[in-house]
Amino acid sequence: MALDEIKIGGLGASRRRVEDNRFIRGKGNYIDDIALPWMLHMEILRSPLAHARIRSIDVSAAWAIPGVRMVLTGDMLAARNLAWMPTLSYDTQAVLATDKVRFQGQEVACVVADDPYIAKDGCEAIVVDYEPLPPIVNPSQAKAPGAPLIRDDKTGQDSNVVFDWEVGDREGTDRAFAQADVVSTIDMHYPRSHPSPIEACGSIADFNRATSKLTVYMTTQAPHIIRAAVALVAELPEHMIRIVSPDLGGGFGNKVPVYPGYVVSILASILLECPVKWIEDKSGNLISTGFGRDIYLKGEMALRNDGRILGVRMHTDSDHGAFFSDAQPSKFKIGLMHSAFSCYDVPAAHLTAQGVYTNKAPGGVAYRCSFRVTEAMYFQERMVQAAAADLGMDQAEFRRINLVRDDDFPHRTPWGFLTDSGQYGKCLDLGLEAIGYEDFLRQKEEARQRGRLLGIGISTMTEPLGAGNSREYDILGIKMFDSAELKVHMTGKALLRTGAKTQGQGHETTWAQIVAHELGIPAEDVLVEEGDTDTAPFGMGTYASRSTPVAGAAVAMVSRKIRAKARKIAAHLLEVSEEDVEWELGRFSVRGAPDRGVTIQECAIAAYSNMPDGMEPGLENNAYYDPPNLTWPFACYIATVEVDPETGVWDVLRVVAVDDCGVRINPMIVEGQIMGGLTEAYAMANMQFITFDEDGNCIGSNYMDYLLPTAWETPGFELHEVVTPCPHHPIGAKGIGECATVGGPAAFVNAVIDAIGDTGVRNIDMPLLPDRVHEAITQGHDVSGAPPVRTEP
Amino acid sequence: MSTLFEEVRPSDGGAGDAVPVRRVELTVNGERRAADVEPRLLLAHLLRNGFRLTGTHTGCDTTNCGACTVLYDGVPVKSCTMFAVQADGHEVLTVEGLATASELHPIQEGFKDEHGLQCGFCTPGMMLAAKALLEEKPNPSEDEIRWALSGNLCRCTGYQNIVKAVMWAAEKLGANVESDGADDAGDDAGGEG
Repeated sequence: MALDEIKIGGLGASRRRVEDNRFIRGKGNYIDDIALPWMLHMEILRSPLAHARIRSIDVSAAWAIPGVRMVLTGDMLAARNLAWMPTLSYDTQAVLATDKVRFQGQEVACVVADDPYIAKDGCEAIVVDYEPLPPIVNPSQAKAPGAPLIRDDKTGQDSNVVFDWEVGDREGTDRAFAQADVVSTIDMHYPRSHPSPIEACGSIADFNRATSKLTVYMTTQAPHIIRAAVALVAELPEHMIRIVSPDLGGGFGNKVPVYPGYVVSILASILLECPVKWIEDKSGNLISTGFGRDIYLKGEMALRNDGRILGVRMHTDSDHGAFFSDAQPSKFKIGLMHSAFSCYDVPAAHLTAQGVYTNKAPGGVAYRCSFRVTEAMYFQERMVQAAAADLGMDQAEFRRINLVRDDDFPHRTPWGFLTDSGQYGKCLDLGLEAIGYEDFLRQKEEARQRGRLLGIGISTMTEPLGAGNSREYDILGIKMFDSAELKVHMTGKALLRTGAKTQGQGHETTWAQIVAHELGIPAEDVLVEEGDTDTAPFGMGTYASRSTPVAGAAVAMVSRKIRAKARKIAAHLLEVSEEDVEWELGRFSVRGAPDRGVTIQECAIAAYSNMPDGMEPGLENNAYYDPPNLTWPFACYIATVEVDPETGVWDVLRVVAVDDCGVRINPMIVEGQIMGGLTEAYAMANMQFITFDEDGNCIGSNYMDYLLPTAWETPGFELHEVVTPCPHHPIGAKGIGECATVGGPAAFVNAVIDAIGDTGVRNIDMPLLPDRVHEAITQGHDVSGAPPVRTEP
Repeated sequence: MSTLFEEVRPSDGGAGDAVPVRRVELTVNGERRAADVEPRLLLAHLLRNGFRLTGTHTGCDTTNCGACTVLYDGVPVKSCTMFAVQADGHEVLTVEGLATASELHPIQEGFKDEHGLQCGFCTPGMMLAAKALLEEKPNPSEDEIRWALSGNLCRCTGYQNIVKAVMWAAEKLGANVESDGADDAGDDAGGEG
């Protein structure tokens, strides 16, 4: 009798989450919940200025405080060759400042003490004498003639430019523009944002002098990469380093890079020979750790009168802060920005990109996205709306004309990616039907007659998720594969470990479902563990929606290796040749005699007690998976809004999301990911940004200035699905964690722009704060750039 | 510069006698607890580090995120913005006090069943804010739930499932009240009232 896959928690089961059992009891094990014997506590003193030379640091008053055990400054680190560390983008970053501070909030000194309160007292007691320098807070200032040089530490660096980069076909694009009937243009700014998991970063370093082993508990999405980085930076042997990433209170890309606090806590533990704990506070997290976005986007689109896109030109000016420490595949300087327009049939495209240093925090991270695809898709969908408006075409119809058709796969995108599958038109149509497109257009017109402003915004996009294939994707040379290790115990229970690291995505639940699907072992019999480099197989970690495409594929592949061995055992037990053994979920049987069979559990015990002659005992294996391509989920997000012309306040009426992420392992978790992503999309469109005043003061370094939406203002979401299995993934799944954050913002902004279409306004830059919308309505002009900082009267 | 090893001061076993200490006595999750604390110690830190009740999380330090929410004499407060000494003589309920040894609280069940959490960091505070709401309003509307939880931030879920989780709990609690009554009319009465 065949097993019911849903009942055993296999593929497609909305299995309730295993990890919840501890979280709902308050028994999670986050970094700050870990306490080691004789542990000391570290706090960081940060720079109050954005750009200043350090004249002197006087730490004597800190030492005078009872309970202070160590005070660390940049000079002390420099004496050990640790004042600077390499970044993930082949640059260097100051651990503790020696010569200058280069952004407000930069790490200047650390105090280690008996408790965190005393450590903070110690920081307060340190006196730093700064000589202020002129700060640079945006790319145009950075590139202005005579601009102060931020990175005077780097030999050969004579400007604030980090890189110039280009991709695409310049001549072909020029030819396309020469043939255009209409050229549409748009300029926009994607403001600096912060992933801001509710839990900030932290670490506990525990160096044991007797064994020479260093154990570091830390908030990291990529523990194995950290192990390699620690080995290189601290010059410790890699096998004597153990990184443990405990439960993470969210990540969203913020917990990928190496931060100074981690490094100094490790040094302090080595010097003090006891565990040293560093728990970052919220303002430290927001002011100094990996931000997202902060980029100016300029584009032109060549169009034919019949609505076909002929070509796209794009230029980006990105602001990387004081150190180029973007976390992204090394060969692409502006991430996967060139994945823009992948869902459209665009014959020619060219992208130029320039990055600059500024006096702002470093670390452009893939904030809930696959390396700048959020900016790419926002640009794409804002450009598409502007082009449709310039042609006088309906925005849905313009998309339909240009979307890649179902029979055009595989499709080479304008910048050279290969998309392999999709039903884009079906997704769009389903979205339009769900929102009631034609009805809404009528309502909008009726409302307009009565002075009310309704608008509808569409965003359709496919994005590359699951870096990557190792030919093209590496970080500092390490190829972006991932791994899984499966041990089936003799009683048929199993332990699965992967190189990924869950931060709320539910790996402990879903990985077991893949094993259940492949082997018929009930999901509840599979324990999933991640995050400990001494036990987990080497992997690149969890970010950029790569877990299901890469580590999830490895789980399927290792399960198949186990099944292949179990088949040999089954043949032995059934006393038939292997060719005469048939598989159904959870059971092998004899071909032609289905009653004669053995279960996977019976094979498991035989692997330890009755294996065939010559067979290696046990039922364990591992798989390292190098995906042949990225996965290409597709989505259509549609928002309807009403804008109050008197105040500029806009309310969301409805949000419809149609996602095609291929086969859904756990539909409940997939929907949870989409709703979470839509909320961050709404946040970015509406309120969430970090800006700087002209002195380089960070406005947004706490939750009173950095606005995150609450349950009160967050709209409801209506979810729909289309399923186009990924052709190369073992179970047909694609990434999903980030799609809504990537594609969502343009739907909200397009809706507001649509609502105020009569004003002729083409663009309001995010966030669409009421005063910016009001200015656009009343002045009839675009509102661009970072929102100005209000000064107190 | 001298080596760091010389700069390290041998431990004196703590901050010494210079720091003033106050005794606080309070009831935590139904149990009488006492501690000697620095006057500036925050309630959240007493719960976490003094009593090892680490389910109360600190997220933001500015009273915005609500991860540290506990019930203080039944009222939700952000324990990172209260001094431990203020709790002297009062009752505190933390997430660890929601379930009994054998049974989850319906709010906990609801969060699991409706997928009302992902990373789990905001969850304890959310659940305690929800408990205070349901004690005051056993059958809240969606708007009432959203308003009651608006002091608690979540970055993972998007709130929709959190709202459903609270509704789930309200129905379950309502059904429990029904079945605790004279007859066992079943659970179809949940949600009315």
